[in-house]
Amino acid sequence: MTRQVDVLVVGAGPAGLAVGAELARLGAGSVEVLERESEAGGIPRHSHHTGYGLRDLHRLLTGPEYARRRVDLATGAGVAVRVETTVSGWAEPLALDLVSPGGIERVEAHSIVLATGARERPRAARLVPGTRPAGVFTTGELQQAVYLHGETVGSRAVIVGAEHVSFSAALTLAHGGSRVVAMVTDLPRHQTYAAFRIGAAARFRFPVLTGRSVTGIRGRARVEAVELTDAVGHIELVPCDTVVFTGDWIPDHELARRGGLAIDPGTNGPVIDLSLRTSAPGVFAAGNLIHPVETADVVALEAQRLAAEVARFLENGDTAPPTVPLRVKAPLAWIAPNRVGPANGSPPVSHFTFRTSQFVNRSRLVVEQDGRTLYEKRARPLVPNRPYSLAADWLPLVDPSGPPVTARLG
Amino acid sequence: MTDRPYDVVVVGAGVVGCAIARTLARHPLRIALVDAAADVGCGTSKANTAILHTGFDATPATLESRLVARGYALLGEYAACTAIPVERTGALLVAWNDDELAAFASIRVKAELNGYTETRAVGPDELRAREPHLGFGALGALEIPGESIVCPWTTTLAYAIEAVSRGVELHLDTRVDDIANAGGRHALQTSRGQLATRWLVNAAGLNADELDRKLGHEAFIVKPRRGELIVFDKLARQLVNHILLPVPTARGKGVLVAPTVFGNVLLGPTADDVGDKTATESTAPGLAFLREKGRAIVPALLDEEVTAIYAGLRAATDESDYRIRAEPAQRYVCVGGIRSTGLTASLAIAEHVVELLADAGLVLGTAIETELPVMPSIGEASARPHQRADLIAADPEYGRIVCHCERVSRGEIRDAFASPLPPRTLEGLRRRTRVQMGRCQGFYCAAEVRSLLREKV
Repeated sequence: MTRQVDVLVVGAGPAGLAVGAELARLGAGSVEVLERESEAGGIPRHSHHTGYGLRDLHRLLTGPEYARRRVDLATGAGVAVRVETTVSGWAEPLALDLVSPGGIERVEAHSIVLATGARERPRAARLVPGTRPAGVFTTGELQQAVYLHGETVGSRAVIVGAEHVSFSAALTLAHGGSRVVAMVTDLPRHQTYAAFRIGAAARFRFPVLTGRSVTGIRGRARVEAVELTDAVGHIELVPCDTVVFTGDWIPDHELARRGGLAIDPGTNGPVIDLSLRTSAPGVFAAGNLIHPVETADVVALEAQRLAAEVARFLENGDTAPPTVPLRVKAPLAWIAPNRVGPANGSPPVSHFTFRTSQFVNRSRLVVEQDGRTLYEKRARPLVPNRPYSLAADWLPLVDPSGPPVTARLG
Repeated sequence: MTDRPYDVVVVGAGVVGCAIARTLARHPLRIALVDAAADVGCGTSKANTAILHTGFDATPATLESRLVARGYALLGEYAACTAIPVERTGALLVAWNDDELAAFASIRVKAELNGYTETRAVGPDELRAREPHLGFGALGALEIPGESIVCPWTTTLAYAIEAVSRGVELHLDTRVDDIANAGGRHALQTSRGQLATRWLVNAAGLNADELDRKLGHEAFIVKPRRGELIVFDKLARQLVNHILLPVPTARGKGVLVAPTVFGNVLLGPTADDVGDKTATESTAPGLAFLREKGRAIVPALLDEEVTAIYAGLRAATDESDYRIRAEPAQRYVCVGGIRSTGLTASLAIAEHVVELLADAGLVLGTAIETELPVMPSIGEASARPHQRADLIAADPEYGRIVCHCERVSRGEIRDAFASPLPPRTLEGLRRRTRVQMGRCQGFYCAAEVRSLLREKV
């Protein structure tokens, strides 16, 4: 059975719902947002702390409230949000095979938007050796266990990572009745904002152990301890019954890769130009698939602006101007969008977003092409796992027939 | 537990013990299968390289050589009937230097002594064409077309389900603490009471030596050999077309790269002799060693995400052959020293053990053939439930996907709980359905799967 729609959006998180709603508002034809979970809304569904909706909806909401609001906005605008619907693969460059309790079907679209999100790297993918006991989580699993299924998760937890999401894990553990015995990061300092850190320290009183890697998990049926190793090889054991691996996001890029889309080596998501076009004509990408990760409001605002690009594509066909890759040099970790040209407008949120892998106090941010400096400015002190923006005013200087453009610290 | 004696008790519900139980169960005998763990196949049977070996590289003229060759044929046939996932990928023994290239001649001779005649030399150009992602410096390969990949979990479960369906009483969570001889019967003291039996089969794997000692024998010592393995994401599957074997050296079989029936890629194993029979933890040096080896064999593999790391223990002994022997006076058969080839050889070992029991005086009675179980389709080579419009139309639960990475439907989870051998633990559910075995390791579905499990167990 083959159906046709104008736009097929894969993933009903903040990005997919926002792009869908805006497309419907623009009158872009039939818009369908596909969600493999039984409920739309994405990660905010199980992220019960507040802080959602500030920049996009101009109100302060909890994650589940925000998720519901985003679903209502999309369905209210006329978007068909289909839950329990898995994309099993690509049938053609602009057709997807779907499976749901309703059966197997093929849907052809004039345009496809991938908004499949990102997940935290689990323990095995981080190559943490040891036994394989129960009690090892990611924040995502922990939140679902505590908030959606009312599980109790243990009594003494170690949180791996010390960025925003790690502190959010601390809140979830507290809600689930578990004490945090330590937070561990291999970086020299925590990476959240001072207010979060001080707030957490006052409320929970756990130490942040810096400069240590998790090098082992002990315990048979249940976690008994984590093994930490510092830079000089000193090993210590921290007794606990729960370990939460936080952050270290990887885009859920399987569908993008199965479709043969070019992948950016920094973000691990699809390569995207300033209009969020992927390397496949008619296929766009949005949300934390392209920048793992930004907050939901930033993601939604960006996706909302993508809608105009998709609408333009539906009207005029593929008008992608010539672009060159935009790459980063260490210690910068990635930048998005990551293809640029002079006649390609500016990024949807008017600036680029990038990350560093190390703390950098004093530096200059330099953008260059073929030895030519396109941009240079003193950078703020940079902290890993925090979002930073790069202005886009240098874009007219890009030579679209030249070599790749590089962003680096000088 | 009842005092009425069994005709045969098989201790150890790994792949070998389950195979013995299902083979014996064709006869009109009262049989029990006993294991200390909460599920069948919880020891060596669950953590191995999942290869169906032709036996080309066995030591010729050994019992292992004979049983592996026979077991290969038997399991191949059995898998086809019961839908155990098998893929006939073939293997390539890759030579990286002149010494390894020169070793092919003797390997081919050995293969022929083992009755395997289909080896074929593959030149560097053909090798490159068939394995384009192979690392730099491969000089050639020896092809073993028959080597295959198999699902070790489904194999053990199929045997166990067949056994249970034929009336074998399965006692899980039942540790055998002691064995006494009482009035010509074995009286097994277990963690769940006493079991009496006329005949005893020791298929206790890593613990077979200890059980053997309880019967007064000092025949062998199991020296657990740990093998650590890394499972790579499904996006790595297109990097590898065959089982890529190293050329065997004096130090053992070495590290292989192989596809799995679930569409992943396996790298391993290490081979470390460890004193502890519970030392199934992975180690930093082991993983570093595997990554170094893997980078040389298929460099691009190391750029892919790792889905799982695990370690298993092989029941190695001082001898290089199986330690299977009958003690007719004791009405006892010991099945020891079944190393990494046990999965392949399992049905042949079972056949052999039943012969030993019969020779020792066990009256088997007439064998009755019954229907074989048909196992859930969890391999990638056959259509999975979510790929079948007919199944979903008849039952929408097969289109309701719970585990997104492995595409496991709610219907399959329900079926697992309704099977003759339902899972009691999350691990058991994973091995029956693949749920939570994928790249996210539970980020998306673990909490929901645990809640389904709580409803059922």
